[in-house]
Amino acid sequence: MQAFFIRHPKVWRAFDILLPFLATLAALGVGAVMLMAFDANPVVAYGALLEGAFGSTNAIADTLVKATPLLLVALGICIAFRGGVINIGGEGQLVLGALASTLVGLTFPDMPGYLIIPLALFVGFLAGGFWGAIPGFLKAYFNVNEILSTIMMNAIAVQGMNYLLKEPMIDPVQLEAASRIPQTARLSAAFDLPRLVPTRLHLGTALAIIAAILVFIFLWRTVVGYRIRAVGMNASASRYAGINVPRNIVLALALSGAFCGLAGAIQVFGLHHRMFTDGSATGFTGSAGFNGIVVALFGQLHPLGAIPASFLFGALIVGANKLQRVMQVPASFIIALNGLVVVFVVSADYWRRRMARRREAEVVSEELISSEAEVPT
Amino acid sequence: MIAELFTTTVLVGILASGIRLATPYLYASLGETFGQKSGVLNLGVEGIMLLGAFAAFYATFVTENIWLGLLAAIIVGGIMGLAVAVINVTLKAEQGISGIGVFLFGLGMSELLFQKTLGTVETVSGFSSIYIPFLSDIPYIGEIFFQQNLLVYVAYIMVPVSWFVLGKTTLGLKIRAVGENPEAADTLGVSVNGVRYITQIFGGIMSGIAGASLSIALLNVFQQNLTSGLGFIAVALVYFGGWRPFGVLVGSLIFSMVNALQLWVQVLNIPIPADIAVMMPYVLTILALVIAVQRVRPPSALTKPYERGG
Repeated sequence: MQAFFIRHPKVWRAFDILLPFLATLAALGVGAVMLMAFDANPVVAYGALLEGAFGSTNAIADTLVKATPLLLVALGICIAFRGGVINIGGEGQLVLGALASTLVGLTFPDMPGYLIIPLALFVGFLAGGFWGAIPGFLKAYFNVNEILSTIMMNAIAVQGMNYLLKEPMIDPVQLEAASRIPQTARLSAAFDLPRLVPTRLHLGTALAIIAAILVFIFLWRTVVGYRIRAVGMNASASRYAGINVPRNIVLALALSGAFCGLAGAIQVFGLHHRMFTDGSATGFTGSAGFNGIVVALFGQLHPLGAIPASFLFGALIVGANKLQRVMQVPASFIIALNGLVVVFVVSADYWRRRMARRREAEVVSEELISSEAEVPT
Repeated sequence: MIAELFTTTVLVGILASGIRLATPYLYASLGETFGQKSGVLNLGVEGIMLLGAFAAFYATFVTENIWLGLLAAIIVGGIMGLAVAVINVTLKAEQGISGIGVFLFGLGMSELLFQKTLGTVETVSGFSSIYIPFLSDIPYIGEIFFQQNLLVYVAYIMVPVSWFVLGKTTLGLKIRAVGENPEAADTLGVSVNGVRYITQIFGGIMSGIAGASLSIALLNVFQQNLTSGLGFIAVALVYFGGWRPFGVLVGSLIFSMVNALQLWVQVLNIPIPADIAVMMPYVLTILALVIAVQRVRPPSALTKPYERGG
């Protein structure tokens, strides 16, 4: 079996791309067992999932809307991974970007949209970048594990959000009505990102796809991007080559955070038009900061691969929401299923790497054989 | 207002709750110390704690027997530890990411089971306080240290036990060898993956007990996201403690004292917004990591799956 893959690189490549799908199917299989334990028919349930994701124009538009933040976060994750760091802080960076851009929108309610929208998105980008730069700085200059620091930065961002939305940034209407739902006022309708077709689909989706192409060009066609990848591949070799390793680590995490921040800003201006909280990060982000990691893995850590991967994952989430409504299972089923997908996709990566290694070994041994043959006798 | 914090009653209260609240940190961090010493980072502690907390609570609620509750947490924790071992050791998954998956699974699953079985927040009578003869009568000291429940005492006993097992036994030597130099350990006939399976299952059990200590000993309730980030801090405490049980003890105490202080600040209605107060332990964790990481080096093979000849 393996020998077959090794001799047919194209089949092997297809297997690479197919693997995350198989892993997701396996996770859905476990989910089916869970559904049966709750007396829900998994066939009906997953039928509802497909229907919810692709069943109508609106469903497909919703899938694209869900895919948008996932794609942007995945781009950030790609940059971090290529730079040799892991960014678990997408949730917090997304929240920061959303908060900062909302603040811009609330501060200048009477300015025209063509000024405020680009400004707010840029501020969101910077805010997320700032939140990512902190763990980057701590990693580069104080050797603090970025996995741990980004998790802590998530918690700090969430608590900060809860505070801001309950007190300083709360909707004045909520204060008067004394219901005090922790959310801001709705942003001026002039700031809504334009709708693309008469659905919920907005300009943010197109922006995210453009961003994916730009990130690809940045990482593979510019000197700065090359340096980030060089540090990710081999930090000590990069150091000998004269690349400033710590600075590139900070840059990788800052850029990673910036795209998560942009995702947050686009969620506000394209979809929710305000900021709100349910006390946890998930209420606003829908775990996009974590799911973006899986999307990035799905897309083989390539910015362009992340485009179809985000669409598929968006479909999974929209469909799962439909499933939950139709089957009347609690919303937490989706969180658990989400966790299973993460675990299965990262675990499946094992076979990809194993196959890659076998193939390399084969190539090397073939080269050895041919070079021996060339030795003049 | 702030002056209210400095009365004897409140100070004794803060110290007593500090000692008590260190319990979940201790179980989770000590278990995680074994795992990390053997070279595996389990970032899913939070999720396992939630499942353990639910299992303990539900079993206690149904059977009205706290021992069966504790047993349920141990079994669930052990199974989750085994799952983590399969994912991280056998399938060699990227440990920083797989742990997030385990966390999300635990978060969703514990809530799902809670919704399906109990539905509303209930309470149980959990482990009750044990007054240590004579010692508990000492003014202040007795109230702070010797009027706690069994799971609290056991957590503190686990500190020297962990130190002894890791530092003075053959098993501990194997764990450290596998985490520092798996190739050498393998050459000497130590089963690298076998040792890592043991530490992961043990870590899972300890996380399960950590959850149980919340749901059937300290708070005696179960609700959605009961642990609220405690498991992640526990992982950070292992770094802070320099992978040493007594270091973990110091870290756990600092954090639980800060938590106790924060709770009392809320109880006394001192006008610091609750959200900001809750934020403090996380800020402290980052600062603690900056200071701690300068002192000690992590186990060399941490987060690196072992591959023979690789």
